[in-house]
Amino acid sequence: MIDESVDKSKRQFLTTALTVVGAVGTGYLAVPFLSQMQPSVKAMAAGAPVEVDISKIEPGQLIRVAWRGKPVWVLQRSPEVLETLKTLDGQLRDPESDESEQPVLSKNPARSLKPEIFVAVGLCTHLGCSPTFRPEVAPHDLGADWKGGFFCPCHGSWFDLAGRVYKGVPAPTNLEVPPYRYITDTQIIIGEAAEEKNA
Amino acid sequence: MNLKPTRLRMCGNWVLDRFPLAQVWNEHMAHYYAPKNFNFWYFFGSLALLVLVNQFVTGILLTMNYKPDAKLAFDSVEYIMRDVNWGWLVRYMHSTGASAFFIVVYLHMFRGLLYGSFKQPRELIWIFGMLLFVALMAEAFMGYLLPWGQMSYWGAQVIISLFSAIPVVGDDLALWIRGDYVISDATLNRFFAFHVIAVPLVLVLLVFMHIVALHEVGSNNPDGVDIKKSKDPWGHPTDGIPFHPYYTVKDVVGVAVFLIFFATVIFYMPEMGGYFLEHANFIPADPMKTPEHIAPVWYFTPFYSILRAIPDKFAGVIGMGGSIVVLFLLPWLDRGKVKSIRYRGGIYKKALLLFVISFVALGYLGTQPVTPLATTMARIFTAIYFGFFLLMPIYTRWEKLKPVPNHITMQPTLEERIPELKALFEEVTEVKSEGEISKRSFNPTGAKNVLIRTAKNLKESLD
Repeated sequence: MIDESVDKSKRQFLTTALTVVGAVGTGYLAVPFLSQMQPSVKAMAAGAPVEVDISKIEPGQLIRVAWRGKPVWVLQRSPEVLETLKTLDGQLRDPESDESEQPVLSKNPARSLKPEIFVAVGLCTHLGCSPTFRPEVAPHDLGADWKGGFFCPCHGSWFDLAGRVYKGVPAPTNLEVPPYRYITDTQIIIGEAAEEKNA
Repeated sequence: MNLKPTRLRMCGNWVLDRFPLAQVWNEHMAHYYAPKNFNFWYFFGSLALLVLVNQFVTGILLTMNYKPDAKLAFDSVEYIMRDVNWGWLVRYMHSTGASAFFIVVYLHMFRGLLYGSFKQPRELIWIFGMLLFVALMAEAFMGYLLPWGQMSYWGAQVIISLFSAIPVVGDDLALWIRGDYVISDATLNRFFAFHVIAVPLVLVLLVFMHIVALHEVGSNNPDGVDIKKSKDPWGHPTDGIPFHPYYTVKDVVGVAVFLIFFATVIFYMPEMGGYFLEHANFIPADPMKTPEHIAPVWYFTPFYSILRAIPDKFAGVIGMGGSIVVLFLLPWLDRGKVKSIRYRGGIYKKALLLFVISFVALGYLGTQPVTPLATTMARIFTAIYFGFFLLMPIYTRWEKLKPVPNHITMQPTLEERIPELKALFEEVTEVKSEGEISKRSFNPTGAKNVLIRTAKNLKESLD
């Protein structure tokens, strides 16, 4: 005798099972599809360290090098500039760089391994424009409060010559200092962190 | 006597027996009844469709010569402009089309605000329309990277950095979108893919859903009256007329006028003084140097102004996103029972006027460099922008509504206005006779009366 009634629970089970299997399959397929959009191996390899010869940088001069496609600044600072930096703490949002990104050894007021050579990623921490280098004091367009530094033309953020952000501007943190170390006194390599010497 | 069908007719019937072409045509064109009082504001839906087709055709032609490669992109655009036959025309049609798309869409959306086209039962049409707007912004943004000029590069840098403001996942998300640590060849290539195939498909799908949803509930009209309430013995709305031929023919007039403006821009001012094509974008992208002044293209500036007005990175991004999200909620924020502005209270009219002023002002400020005064102004207008939406549930309840007619009303035609215009002409001029010669000259008192009357009418119309 054939049972004419339909076994609904069996249908329901099969529908649910198919949905679950389908969802799992879609999930698995989503991984390669989404991951495909991550930086490729080649793009990661392009993040290789860059060597920079700093012997020819004049005091007060800034050179730009590309590291991972980003502009990295290498600036030779004069003793006067270093003196000025010490007087600015009150106007800065994060003078001790507690909330900013830098290698441990560069977490000092001058934000560098050697005070006279300043290395930073030249991209504003607000929305990634490259600030302009404005070393002059109190220029006409920036006003008397300007002690020399970096000015972001996009949204008006101010940084001092140690890349520290001023209060009351859109950028939240100081400019990023990349990992770098000295190979010799006149050569640095950007992208490799300096190791702390065990005293 | 039976006429023998022609071969052509037999071929036609062969198709119609297998495909419901006639049915689709009738449902959406010949038997789709639209209210008979559509005015100027009802041109922009069909114009948006026209611009979409323009973007598709010119876009396909551009891909034939464009190279989505960071080393070749800028030069390939210049190659299109200089060496490809009529390449300049196709490129300008595409770039002007992008701006025209936003002009038409903004006016189309404003029509919705005027006549309550987003209200019950058309909420879903509004939602699909808003999704279209978001997809259109994504399409325009990604398209703007492709010429690989300075503004392309740094504009994309700023906008993608917005995602990095999202706590926890932000940086990884921005990295995933770029496919590299900075905007690079990988970013350009994927934006090309999105711009040319992925987003256009979404746009077409959404346009389809927008129109299907519209034709299910029927078009709204300047009176906000439901035309389905009164029907003739054949079941057709007495206040409606078939979309084809009546509105297809009317829209042809709109298309002709639109094309005059469109062609004028393409041939005489394709850069539109730096608003349609920005000056800095004629310099190839340089990842080492940001242009002195960067601003998005004009159609993004109102939202960009909101971003800049808020002095906190994350809150700014939230404000900018919120200014778009709030538009989605419009059907539920507006508690006014009447659709059309013709029968709404003065408070909504004034609120809408303030909103339009703040939207235009934010748009202007977004093109200007940051100064303390500009920032203060932008903050005030941002407050008005959000006030219009967020206070809506409150002020739309206070509205003093006017009685809505049962049938749609007809505005006087131009012909019917001629006596009125003649009387106006008589009033602002006077005839002086010197001997045998009579001269018609300007009459200051008459003109003053006319101005006062106009101002009074204007004030009354806002109540």
